[in-house]
Amino acid sequence: MGSTQLPPGTEESLAATTAAAAAPGEPVEMVQLLGPDGKLGSDPVFSDYAKRIDPEKLRVFYTDMARIRRFDQEATALQRQGELALWVPLTGQEAAQIGSGHASQSQDYIFPTYREHGVALVRNVDLSELLKQFRGVSNGGWDPRENNFHLYTLVLAAQTLHAVGYAMGIQRDQKFAAASDSTDPKAAVIAYFGDGASSEGDVHESMVFAASYNAPVVFFCQNNHWAISVPTEVQTKVPLANRAKGYGFPGLRVDGNDVIAVHAVTEWALEHAREGRGPVLIEAYTYRVGAHTTADDPTKYRESAEEAAWREKDPLDRLEKYLRAEGLADEAFFDQVKADGDELAKYVRSTTHGLEVPDIREAFASVYAEQHPLIAEELAWFEEYSAGFESDQEAAN
Amino acid sequence: MATMTIAKAINEGLRASLTNNPKSLLMGEDIGHLGGVYRVTDGLIKEFGDERVVDTPLAESGIVGTAIGLALRGYSPVCEIQFDGFVYPAFNQITTQLAKIHSRSLGKLTVPVVIRIPYGGGIGSIEHHSESPEALFAHTAGLRIISPSNAHDAYWMIQKAIECQDPVIFFEPKRRYWLKGEVDVENAGLSEDPFKAHVVREGTDATIVAYGPLVPVALAAANAATEDGRSVEVIDLRSISPLDFDTVEASVKKTGRLIVAHEAPTFGGIGGEIAARISERAFLHLEAPVIRVGGFHMPYPVAKVEEDYLPDIDKILEALDRSLSY
Repeated sequence: MGSTQLPPGTEESLAATTAAAAAPGEPVEMVQLLGPDGKLGSDPVFSDYAKRIDPEKLRVFYTDMARIRRFDQEATALQRQGELALWVPLTGQEAAQIGSGHASQSQDYIFPTYREHGVALVRNVDLSELLKQFRGVSNGGWDPRENNFHLYTLVLAAQTLHAVGYAMGIQRDQKFAAASDSTDPKAAVIAYFGDGASSEGDVHESMVFAASYNAPVVFFCQNNHWAISVPTEVQTKVPLANRAKGYGFPGLRVDGNDVIAVHAVTEWALEHAREGRGPVLIEAYTYRVGAHTTADDPTKYRESAEEAAWREKDPLDRLEKYLRAEGLADEAFFDQVKADGDELAKYVRSTTHGLEVPDIREAFASVYAEQHPLIAEELAWFEEYSAGFESDQEAAN
Repeated sequence: MATMTIAKAINEGLRASLTNNPKSLLMGEDIGHLGGVYRVTDGLIKEFGDERVVDTPLAESGIVGTAIGLALRGYSPVCEIQFDGFVYPAFNQITTQLAKIHSRSLGKLTVPVVIRIPYGGGIGSIEHHSESPEALFAHTAGLRIISPSNAHDAYWMIQKAIECQDPVIFFEPKRRYWLKGEVDVENAGLSEDPFKAHVVREGTDATIVAYGPLVPVALAAANAATEDGRSVEVIDLRSISPLDFDTVEASVKKTGRLIVAHEAPTFGGIGGEIAARISERAFLHLEAPVIRVGGFHMPYPVAKVEEDYLPDIDKILEALDRSLSY
């Protein structure tokens, strides 16, 4: 770890908690503040960051985690009922997503995979828009510029390079801004990916580029332990966070089911990046409680005992315990959260039914930004062809 | 007017774009202090600095992938892929990402990335340094593919590529890098359309269509054919996608005979697409089947036998004879 890259006084203690300090193959330390028992522990570096989270914010964390879990259930149900072609459940990963999403600021730009529904919620993406892709009515669904939340990327790890390039753009923008005395807040980028995607070459290249150019990017790896049916052990022989050491930037593992620690660590990493200290790798250690998608069956490849053990570490349960024990939320609060979740589910169900099927002319219109003669020719053919059916129908009438 | 090589013309075109567009930047392997292995970017790092002429890590997917990110942030990156045969590590980023972002965002996002690729054979090079992979990219909707054949076109076409809001692959005919020509820097043709073909030689008996490195070969064949009293028209496509079928069609309706030449393998190549389209558009005007002259269905052969592989004047004249005697 670089010598002058950390907030004053934190370097030694951070070194003890980051993976950069661990030799390859050694068990890595994990930042954890809120344990599965709902008790708040401490951390020499990140407790200070956790102190920034006031009770109201904690209640928002809980509400958002509950809302996105309810949404996940509803989307799964919609798929089972044939309303969606496929669904990619996130249950179990709520803390990793809600915690990191809330640590980002509006000027930060987010590159998700295809499972970051929780981050999308935090970034104010209309959740019914998330379903467009899975209902087969769009390959995108929302305007990424509105909330600085990029479209889902389905080709694994491709977005990690986009994130680094975007961060390189931010670096250049800062030079333009400095020249014009702009007071725009500094920005960073988060690149989400998973333990499976960590094996892709693009992750390697993105980390090489990010390190070389000191790009303001946070690599946020949700290690949910399963890449469809293949366990993490097949992807890596060292804790994923340790890999950062090889690229020359800090890497740390955080309890991905601890929303407080995830928020603290991500907030630190984003500050680190925004302040020009370079990239950070965060490995959020979590678990995909459900299937990879609605198309697979986890009973074929993993033990139910493993799932049960992880359910004991549930991110919502532990925050609920804490909020109740500390008197930060009462029964009425939890009742309200449940009612809000049901309301959201109702909204998502009704808007899904109403999602418009696009006209293929929209596809013709968006292949290129500028005029293209082949597109015009094929569209003209299609119009004529379609008109033939219409006149047949008129004749029949 | 200035006389310069194609390599220098591209260099001057890049310089003009870097000067006119503060959001443009170059990125690639060895393009900075070395000036690129073909010196196409020579001197630009001194003039514009290493933030705008970026020596990247040696990773083609990384170059194109980060260029996409820069474009999403409002920049106009121009990537250099060092050689044709080294573009494949970036194939995923180009075809699944770059080509599709405008479409999947329904036009909300544009990715004006230019990818410069020196391509083609004829320079006695080693494996992977002589290929013509343009058809692989032409088959992907969302990309535009152009290739200049002379210094003047190279100068303005690279600037138009950088201006274009769509991704453009700019194939540079590497064996013609040192071919000199007049470049009208003052009237640089910036009002011209780089996606339109250009009739470089008029004729009445047959049409030869070529692009990039084979345009001079096609012209030489056409000149040689005059000795036999043949008047041959030559079209420089300039653009491979979109392909200007109108110009080819108009020519064929005049001459009735068409030969398409490219270095890329004939099978599955651009020539097949041209033959099919022209047979649809001008069937009754054709006096002979469209004849393709291209590479064989084999990996690009070793340098010592590449002359047998590459389309040359004789192969084009042979095709011309077949067409005219059909």
